[in-house]
Amino acid sequence: MIRVKNLTKKYGELKAVDDVTFDVHTGDILGFLGPNGAGKTTTVRIITCFLLPTAGWVEVDGLNVFEHSLEVRKKIGYLPENAPLYSEMNVLDYLHFIMGVRGILKDRWSQRTKEMINICGLGPVVNRNIGELSKGFRQRVGLAQAMVHDPEVLILDEPTSGLDPNQIAEIRSLIKELGKEKTVILCTHILPEVEATCKRVLIINEGKIVADGSPAELQASFQGKEQIYIELKTPFTDVESKLANLENVEKVKEILTNGDDLKKFTIECARGVDLREGLFRLAVDNNWVLLEMRKEQASLEDVFRQLTTS
Amino acid sequence: MSSHVVVFCKKELRSFFDSPIAYIVITTFLLISGWFFFSDLFLVNQASLRNLFDIIPFIFMFFVPAVTMRLISEEKRSGTIEILLTLPVKDYEIILGKFLAGLILIVVAVLLTLVYTFTLSGLGDLDFGSVVAGYIGLIFLGATYLSVGVFTSSFTQNQIVAFITSFAIIFALYMLNKVLMFVPNFLASFFEYLSVDYHFSNISRGVIDSRDVIYYLSLVFFFLFLAVRALESRKWR
Ligand SMILES: Nc1ncnc2c1ncn2[C@@H]1O[C@H](COP(=O)(O)OP(=O)(O)OP(=O)(O)O)[C@@H](O)[C@H]1O
Ligand SMILES: [Mg+2]
Repeated sequence: MIRVKNLTKKYGELKAVDDVTFDVHTGDILGFLGPNGAGKTTTVRIITCFLLPTAGWVEVDGLNVFEHSLEVRKKIGYLPENAPLYSEMNVLDYLHFIMGVRGILKDRWSQRTKEMINICGLGPVVNRNIGELSKGFRQRVGLAQAMVHDPEVLILDEPTSGLDPNQIAEIRSLIKELGKEKTVILCTHILPEVEATCKRVLIINEGKIVADGSPAELQASFQGKEQIYIELKTPFTDVESKLANLENVEKVKEILTNGDDLKKFTIECARGVDLREGLFRLAVDNNWVLLEMRKEQASLEDVFRQLTTS
Repeated sequence: MSSHVVVFCKKELRSFFDSPIAYIVITTFLLISGWFFFSDLFLVNQASLRNLFDIIPFIFMFFVPAVTMRLISEEKRSGTIEILLTLPVKDYEIILGKFLAGLILIVVAVLLTLVYTFTLSGLGDLDFGSVVAGYIGLIFLGATYLSVGVFTSSFTQNQIVAFITSFAIIFALYMLNKVLMFVPNFLASFFEYLSVDYHFSNISRGVIDSRDVIYYLSLVFFFLFLAVRALESRKWR
């Protein structure tokens, strides 16, 4: 649905986007991840025809974004970062204005407005001025604006920034629902958001793509240390040093607890080494009661941090 | 006319009249023009529309930039331009819609001064032809100032900068035929031709000559064209 090829954007000397190539297929929800200033907003601004790239091209549904700009813009619904809306307009007028520009026939306005009010939960604020709304409601109006023409492609730049946990959960499930039929690009630096909603993740750092795959694939490709979590019951206090002396153990970290005899540790070792048997024997030899032992999964956060810090 | 232009024009008109801007600007305009007009009437005990037609081009220098200054710069400052320019519309439709909204506001303001004209007609004979011509001239003049204002509003996100630069350009266009004694002879007629006031005085004498109309229309076209280019320039930055 969306093809981005060798995209480069320079602001003066600064390369904000550097030779970026990726495809998004119909029905994909693509999580576009990256630290601040990585180039996410710049990339989506090019896809939405707001900016021209320095080099490379973009196609939406087979149409070149620069040659068929108007056609492409009809297919896209876009919520820019911070949901910039006309603060002096009220919500209803604003949606009518967007529908007018989008060429939606007037006799469909009231039905379409009702749908948007339902989907985005705008009921309590329809007749309020946008400038008076809380940030969360402004984001929702922005979302309604992006979806009002039922676009094939939805591009959302940090749609949940500034929302409370309830609203975040609602918007995420909404995005998930939408992603069943539409192609969605979701820019964010909130990792749980991606884990909760996206089938595919693209990580960009300093303008370059550094990872591309499903969340599970990215976790599997993690290059860091392996971690094991154990929970013990014992009155002895020399547990940490004994653990550290075990063969292959590289680092032991105690997690503080309130229980007197309960002790929790995370133990690091090189990737590919299995410590579990050694740990078990050590516990038996010392008469520690082993309550829990598990291998920690590398989280998306570990992957993200590894790929975007140097 | 394209339906997009109408949508933008309506939206802009609503935001003029939903906010106090339109009322403040129109009232101030009427007060100032009325004051000049009637003070002449009472002082010299004789007033003609000449006074009105002399003073309005001058008042417009402040009035029109006040109308146009926020038209596009505010969209840039608040970021709403990003939604606007990613809607399926052509850049010129946006510019034209905003320009027409400003034009309607100005036409309303100018027509309200008809009250003064009618007061005058009660006092003496009025040359009807020159009144109509004068008003048409005012609207052409206002349209030209507006196009300058739309242009300056499109290249900055600062309303004050937009106001001052449009005032400066309009002032220069207005003054061109008043500095003729300082320019070399071969430039004099060129300066005169470029001056908005020269063409306005032609029209307000009661003759609507196509040369004057063409002059105004080309300036309007020129500045609106620059405004469209200024909007597009974001893409390459
Ligand atoms: N208009 C501009 N002029 C100059 N530099 C810019 C402009 N817009 C962005 N940049 C720079 O380009 C780089 C990428 O910015 P971009 O906004 O695309 O990052 P981002 O990934 O969206 O970041 P964030 O997560 O903070 O929103 C940054 O270094 C930024 O300073
Ligand atoms: Mg951004």
